Amino acid sequence: MTLDFTVILLRWQMLLDGTMLTIQLAAVTTVAGFLIGTFCAVARRSHFALLRRIAAIYVEAIRNTPFLVQIFVVYFGLSSLGFSFSPITVAIIALTINVGAYTAEIMRAGFDSIHPGQWEAGECLGLSRVQSYWHVALRPAMERVYPSLTSQFILLMLASSVASQISAEELTAAANFIQSETYRPFETYIVIALIYLALSLAMRVFFWAFGLLVFPRRRRLGTSL
Amino acid sequence: MNTAINSGHLVFLLHGAMWTLILSVMAFLGGGLGGFVIALGRTSPIRLLRILAGVYVQIVQGTPLLVILFLTFFGLPTLGFTITPLFAAGISLTIYVSAYLGEIWRGCLEAVPTAQWEAAECLALNRVQRMFKVILPQAVRIATPPTVGFSVQIIKNTSLASVVGFVELARAGQLINNSIFEPFAIYMIVAFLYFCMCFPVSAFSRRLERSGAARLRTLKAVSA
Repeated sequence: MTLDFTVILLRWQMLLDGTMLTIQLAAVTTVAGFLIGTFCAVARRSHFALLRRIAAIYVEAIRNTPFLVQIFVVYFGLSSLGFSFSPITVAIIALTINVGAYTAEIMRAGFDSIHPGQWEAGECLGLSRVQSYWHVALRPAMERVYPSLTSQFILLMLASSVASQISAEELTAAANFIQSETYRPFETYIVIALIYLALSLAMRVFFWAFGLLVFPRRRRLGTSL
Repeated sequence: MNTAINSGHLVFLLHGAMWTLILSVMAFLGGGLGGFVIALGRTSPIRLLRILAGVYVQIVQGTPLLVILFLTFFGLPTLGFTITPLFAAGISLTIYVSAYLGEIWRGCLEAVPTAQWEAAECLALNRVQRMFKVILPQAVRIATPPTVGFSVQIIKNTSLASVVGFVELARAGQLINNSIFEPFAIYMIVAFLYFCMCFPVSAFSRRLERSGAARLRTLKAVSA
């Protein structure tokens, strides 16, 4: 048989919509996941045993179960509680919960890598614990874990493909629709794979440029990001 | 009509969990073999091999596993191959695992201190001997903790095989749900079973990591 990409590319509007939704999903959950993860990392280093325990349970539960099952639990759990959200909202919630746990571990490693002298210096200046995190620890910690943080966010974008299973109309769902319409699955999924490839490449370039902008010290030292 | 979860359902789920483990072992063996080749290719003195292995890793790591799975399951039959869900899942997971393990193992090969490579060269060992007698035994020790850690990802990602109809744990949950429609309870049980399989592995990898870090420090100090 011969490959025929024209019928796929004729449905460019659907591909474009799916791609835009995937980008939006990735952007929103990257920001939300980073915030939750950072708070969770702080909670895991807290003085309160209860707070540490709760954060640890969250991180371990999420990191040791598949995202596919998590998204089903959120999807059916919310509806059994009487909430009816759109599949997109469910996907955003599930992706945020998921990446929050991974980010928490990465940020915790970052905070742990801050020299004890730095924390003590903050204390000597009369900074509160919150101020110490904000003014002393956050920036150098992020600088150190920036590479693992960014690869985690790229993995998050790829994981958003699983949202197609609750029929959120992102890129993979668009592909499933197109292939059932055209009976050309091989061509469809090759095109989709190329779009994902381009997206992850674009994200890497974006994070690289963002890193140069936010961590100028690193740029001067010439360390690769 | 029976609408409660009974012991028959649990047996069915455990049966699915067994297939999850079988699929994980298949993916680990296939992906491990592929990953070894990729790691050797990435550290090869031949430029073309390095580039080819690098391109392979970039492509696989930039594509969702779900799309790879659809590509093999729906795509290969249109090219004239007949494949079963098990075969499609096995092939896709092997492709996926080989790229990630290849990258992990490349890092481990490069983490063996250069002095060890030079020492092996001074002993007039050829390239194959250097690799198998000096570098690999040390790299294997460095590689154990991250490899065990990654196998948690393998176990979790086998759940995606459910979308092409392979009856492992996630699919078993879906099938039961189709008959009794008790989704929240069923997926919580499924999640719990995954946790029971993954948590011991990730706890073990953390323990290995702690002792491994100490070992790596000693290795570096000895060869410095």
